[in-house]
Amino acid sequence: MSMLLQVQGVTKRFGGLQALTQVTFDLPKGQIFGLIGPNGAGKTTLFNTINGVYHPEEGRILFQGKDVTQMHPYHLAKMGMARTHQIVRPLNELTVRENVMVGACFGHENQSLGKAAKIADETLDFVKISGRSDQLAGSLNVAQKKRLEMARALAAHPRLLLLDEVLAGLNPSEIDGMIQMVLDIRAQGITIIMIEHLMKAVMNVSDRILVLDYGEQIAEGSPSEIANHPKVIEAYLGDPKLAEKLMEED
Amino acid sequence: MKQWLHPGFWLTLLIVLALGLAPVFTRNAGLRETGFTILLAISMAVSLNIIMGYTGYVSFGHVVFYGLGGYTGMYLIDTWGAPLPLAVLGGGATSALLAFGLGKAILRLRGAYFALATIGVNEAVRTFVANFKPFGGPTGIELQFSVYKQYGGAADALWLTYYGVIAISVFAVIFSYYIKTSKFGLGLMSIREDEDAAEVMGVITPDAKTMAFVFSAFLPGMLGVLFFFKNGNVEPADAFRLGFSIESLVMIMLGGQGTLLGPVIGALGYQRLRGLLLTSDAMIGSLPLKDFQLVIAGLLMLVIILFIPAGLVGWLRQKFAFLRRILV
Repeated sequence: MSMLLQVQGVTKRFGGLQALTQVTFDLPKGQIFGLIGPNGAGKTTLFNTINGVYHPEEGRILFQGKDVTQMHPYHLAKMGMARTHQIVRPLNELTVRENVMVGACFGHENQSLGKAAKIADETLDFVKISGRSDQLAGSLNVAQKKRLEMARALAAHPRLLLLDEVLAGLNPSEIDGMIQMVLDIRAQGITIIMIEHLMKAVMNVSDRILVLDYGEQIAEGSPSEIANHPKVIEAYLGDPKLAEKLMEED
Repeated sequence: MKQWLHPGFWLTLLIVLALGLAPVFTRNAGLRETGFTILLAISMAVSLNIIMGYTGYVSFGHVVFYGLGGYTGMYLIDTWGAPLPLAVLGGGATSALLAFGLGKAILRLRGAYFALATIGVNEAVRTFVANFKPFGGPTGIELQFSVYKQYGGAADALWLTYYGVIAISVFAVIFSYYIKTSKFGLGLMSIREDEDAAEVMGVITPDAKTMAFVFSAFLPGMLGVLFFFKNGNVEPADAFRLGFSIESLVMIMLGGQGTLLGPVIGALGYQRLRGLLLTSDAMIGSLPLKDFQLVIAGLLMLVIILFIPAGLVGWLRQKFAFLRRILV
């Protein structure tokens, strides 16, 4: 199986704070890879290190077999990596369509403006906010802004999509819609890493899950392995019975 | 190419053309002098708007490009006997080159730090020029009167510089609109809105910012040559006058940063106001009102930032939806 992303012994420090310690995993094409861990475990830091916002002190990252450890986010975007942000970052004074066009114009496919406008309309249709194309992005509500983040990332037609808590702050019906969207994206052949706090969702959609705690990788495996992993139960879920309860809900 | 049919573009272009051509048809020298000042301000504001309005980087010491370009052109004319068009291009190219070098170095800075750095650059270049022998040191460069002979005498040379400034202002409007509606422009605006998000989406921000800086520096360099050629001499204090930078900022803020029409309207409005103040006989206490020109510029900027940060055109676009199709 060919690996889309290989993270090898990645360590990231901020001054005295050890944010990531020797994180290692391989991600095959076409999977949904869940990334979980308590608050401050280093999940978003791992995303930032993977997509070049931060450069790790140790270890290396291979994307499509190429060493990208010292590259900048725009290099990785052009190579086919796209991401959403935990705290949405809309380009407020641009229209919703223009926001998505930025993704298509400058991302993986480097489209022209005309082609990007078409892709933007298709993508906005897919994330179901096409009715708002001509509005300023700043005027959207939180759920719509999350969809906009998603559309911007998707418009690049990426190979790897990093989703940072796309479900946070959504109501139950919006959550179901978003989960379905994630599955649809995978069906298009896009590999996904998702950070998620919502256990039920992450257990249901992920092929594999990595658990971080204080920057250390404490477990990696299938959802059922993770849910029964003693270290995870101890460090993350706290109460062993909670894990059983989560599995029953499936 | 449907963007070229936008009424907002033609409106802006027509305003500039009407302002520019009125003195040409009336052959009125007084009107021409006013026109020169206004078109110079318009071109300056439209150029500065590329880095400030589109990209979101406030270049506070932008006058450095005007001054250095002006000096380079005057040097080329005075020492090498270069014809005016060549000197004008030389001035523009020098400023563009400076912007390119600077861009790589100081465009890493964000917000107030960048603004401060540009002021520092202006002061540094001014001090350098004031001590640079080929540029005449502190006394600057003064052209021999005979230089104007090849242009048909001083009177014709004045008209020639005026045609030059018309051409530059028309080009500035077309070029600015082209950038605004291009893919490159979309990248600049994404940097303005959220630079980190832009990077993540694949905008190569260091290159885009540097190019924007170069594009906003080229025309001011050319304008400096025209102005000082017309003036007949150039000195460090005139060429690198920070007040001119601040006035350009006020013009953009007044009209609306990030819009095409805004800097044009702002420059026109500001220059009219300044003209009124300078010719006014009114007194404030024992001081003439005309001494307060920069005070009024400062107050104006304060009022705009507090109450209409989007400027006139931006405010109109926000308030009236139908105007979004007409104003750009």
